[in-house]
Amino acid sequence: MLLVNSFIFCGFVCLIAQIILDNTKLTPGHITSMFVVVGAFLDSFSLYDIIIKYVGGGALIPITSFGHSLIHGAMAKTDSYGLVGILMGMFDLTASGITAAIIFSFVFALLFKPKN
Amino acid sequence: MVIKMKDNLYNRIADFHKPKETKVKNAVVAFISGGVVGLLGEGIIEVLCGIVHMSRADAQVFMSVILIFIASLATALGFFDKLVSKFRCGLLIPITGFAHSMTSAALDYRKEGPIYGIGSNIFKLAGSVILYGVVAAWFFGMIRYFIGGGL
Repeated sequence: MLLVNSFIFCGFVCLIAQIILDNTKLTPGHITSMFVVVGAFLDSFSLYDIIIKYVGGGALIPITSFGHSLIHGAMAKTDSYGLVGILMGMFDLTASGITAAIIFSFVFALLFKPKN
Repeated sequence: MVIKMKDNLYNRIADFHKPKETKVKNAVVAFISGGVVGLLGEGIIEVLCGIVHMSRADAQVFMSVILIFIASLATALGFFDKLVSKFRCGLLIPITGFAHSMTSAALDYRKEGPIYGIGSNIFKLAGSVILYGVVAAWFFGMIRYFIGGGL
């Protein structure tokens, strides 16, 4: 069931993005930035956690989950450190994704030549 | 006269129908390709949980790393750009788009040297995602901290 939900949710997010892209002058850069903000907004009242519970991996794939993980890590740290925990825990959950993206893109940029 | 009117009418009808049709087609393609990426993510999580006996939290981290690896490699090999121009948002909105933007920026500015080429430009496209994500998360986190008091 999670597989079907993943397909529908992830596809739906991409569908919204494609409709925005086709009908406005916004570029993919605008849309991804917007979706990150939307993800952070949805998690500020734990809505995104509920989505993840019912959708599973499909909710972690779209860029909205990046905003969700940022605020989620930040709020987890506020439990023990108070307000400054927002600054300390910001990258706790997304660190693996950002670090992996940096390492892989750097290594591949050294190894491969651009094709066009 | 009749031909001219017909031409006019034809053009108007063509203009009315053409963009709309590609828009619908683009939307359906984005839905299906995005859905397949989501399905792949959940599938990887379930395979890792079932075969390697990872906890679900660990499997989620590995899943995003695996997808980032695949997207980076495909971008470096050159065929991810073709897929992106075909599927558009279906591949740009998932985490694969983040990896794709970083790898393609690094590859494009490779010839300008390691510092002012790769170093300065690797976050050219992904930087805005990180910037607005952090600012939004900080802003909403402050609101939530003062209203709800943490989690």
